[in-house]
Amino acid sequence: MSVAATPQQYLQAQSRWHPLEIAFWLATLLPFVLFPNYLSLASQIAITALFALSLDLILGYAGIVSLGHAAFFGIGAYTAGLISKFGWGEPLTGLILAAAIAGLVGFAVSFIISRFRHFTLIMITLGLGLLAFEAANRAHWLTGGSDGLQGVSIWPVLGVFKFDLYGYTAYAYSLAMLFVVFLGARRLVNSPFGLALRGIRENWVRMPAIGADSRAHIRKAFTLAAAVAGLAGALLAQTTENVSLESISFQRSADVLVMLVLGGAGRLYGGLIGATIFMVARDQFSGIAPQYWYFWIGVLLVTVVMVLPNGILGGLSALYTRWRAR
Amino acid sequence: MLPPVLGVLFDGVAYGMLLFVLSVGLSVTLGLMNFVNLAHCAFAMLGGYVSITLANDFRWPFLATLPMAFAAAAIVSVALERVLYRRLYRASDLDQVLLTIGLAFISVSVAAYIFGTANQPIETPELLRGSIDLLGIGLGKYRLFLIGVALAVTMLLVAGLEYTRFGAQVRAAVDNQRMARGLGIDVDRTFASTFALGSGLAGLGGALAIEIVGLDPNFAFTYLVYVLIIVSVGGLGSIAGSFIAAILIGVSDVAGKYYAPELGAFLIYLVMVAVLMWRPAGLFGRR
Repeated sequence: MSVAATPQQYLQAQSRWHPLEIAFWLATLLPFVLFPNYLSLASQIAITALFALSLDLILGYAGIVSLGHAAFFGIGAYTAGLISKFGWGEPLTGLILAAAIAGLVGFAVSFIISRFRHFTLIMITLGLGLLAFEAANRAHWLTGGSDGLQGVSIWPVLGVFKFDLYGYTAYAYSLAMLFVVFLGARRLVNSPFGLALRGIRENWVRMPAIGADSRAHIRKAFTLAAAVAGLAGALLAQTTENVSLESISFQRSADVLVMLVLGGAGRLYGGLIGATIFMVARDQFSGIAPQYWYFWIGVLLVTVVMVLPNGILGGLSALYTRWRAR
Repeated sequence: MLPPVLGVLFDGVAYGMLLFVLSVGLSVTLGLMNFVNLAHCAFAMLGGYVSITLANDFRWPFLATLPMAFAAAAIVSVALERVLYRRLYRASDLDQVLLTIGLAFISVSVAAYIFGTANQPIETPELLRGSIDLLGIGLGKYRLFLIGVALAVTMLLVAGLEYTRFGAQVRAAVDNQRMARGLGIDVDRTFASTFALGSGLAGLGGALAIEIVGLDPNFAFTYLVYVLIIVSVGGLGSIAGSFIAAILIGVSDVAGKYYAPELGAFLIYLVMVAVLMWRPAGLFGRR
């Protein structure tokens, strides 16, 4: 690849579609043909990938470590679930409302987030995540607490496609949403705004000196990420017609972090690949010995940090570069 | 009989003392190296299981198992520090968080594999059972013992940090690491010793905690939250801060459970977020 002469050319070169990307998105259609029995899992994977993508926006690009990102996933899930429980089961408007509410909460929280760095930030995100969990747990009258939110019923998508038992509609619906948001995220990170976020990740103090206010950028990115996380949560609520307390738990925050880091943070496909590997592996392992699943996650985390600092995609791209250089 | 207010206060202070022993090591190491060690409570859990195994399977007296809990946690932590931790001192927060969360996950699974997921009981000596009457107030003997141990630990730590050469090196390294290196202090070695000491104290805390809160494989995560709250509220690297924060959290947790059980852990999380937003470096933090 030649060195770009101007920032415009650099960004244009970045945003060109690579053949591998097209192949990746074509491959996402394969489950319809190859694994029709696993479409529910495929739908869960698409939703989790969307959630990982939202974390990637703040963690991979802006460098904000969050241990409470599931709060927004949960807010989206509960919003979508409650809207349908109270009589409005139209899926698309439900999604938009859920994303809007999660985004609003994210906007409010972003004023706190953008003020802190390092250990304090980690603790504040952890604390806010735990607060959200406790709130959902205590508000039994609204959320059903540990019993989960019952009585969610979703109307057919666009009035035509009913949610079936095999998950055809669920997967197509989740995948379509993932693709649409991915296009938006791709546009975003290859824009000057995305470049500024990466600058903030590398040096938080220096960016304002060249005219990019770190805090304002972080607020925008955080709000967007919260809205996308809410969208993912709403998708899960709608496709499973159920919201459990697990959707807002610390476990989910930790899991999504693991997926993103495994795949490679700071790369759009990192979260997608990481979520796929994580979910498929968990599906296979949990049949054998669910409580030891976390042993392997732990080993994986230690290995990734020690051996593959940029995740699987980072490792692959380093291999590719070395191979090209020979 | 014990009036509820005094009883709650006493239990809260005793619980706070336990949390203090669990968390003070993390506070010092975080202040010293800025290393976010989320596996701290895994060392506490290790101490707890060492104590239980020695007491139940080898019939050691409970008090004799406590030094072993300390030693086991200290030795294992130094081994991990040498092999894994020290490579990440200059890495990002994220890498440190991931490595130590990974270790905590591993510890939970290993504990579940070896000891099962059930809560383990332990037999405390006759001396520490029951309660004594003081001015008509019944005080649990074990809780008194706990307060005594915590006070002894605090005094030893404060005296050690204030009046010994090693303590002076630790303080110098916390205040200004670069300057301390420039003066010829081996900061890495100082850190390794402090790390061992802190993890050992966590191990001791884990062993002491069994009688009060029990011990199961999820200990590494359940109490991690409390420890992190105390450390961040008290301020990194501040022993006095951890001490006061531990009492604050201990009393408010016990009081919250007694007077407003419907609030649950809400109160503590709220206190933490509020304190951090008001003073990002904690109550006694300097940075």
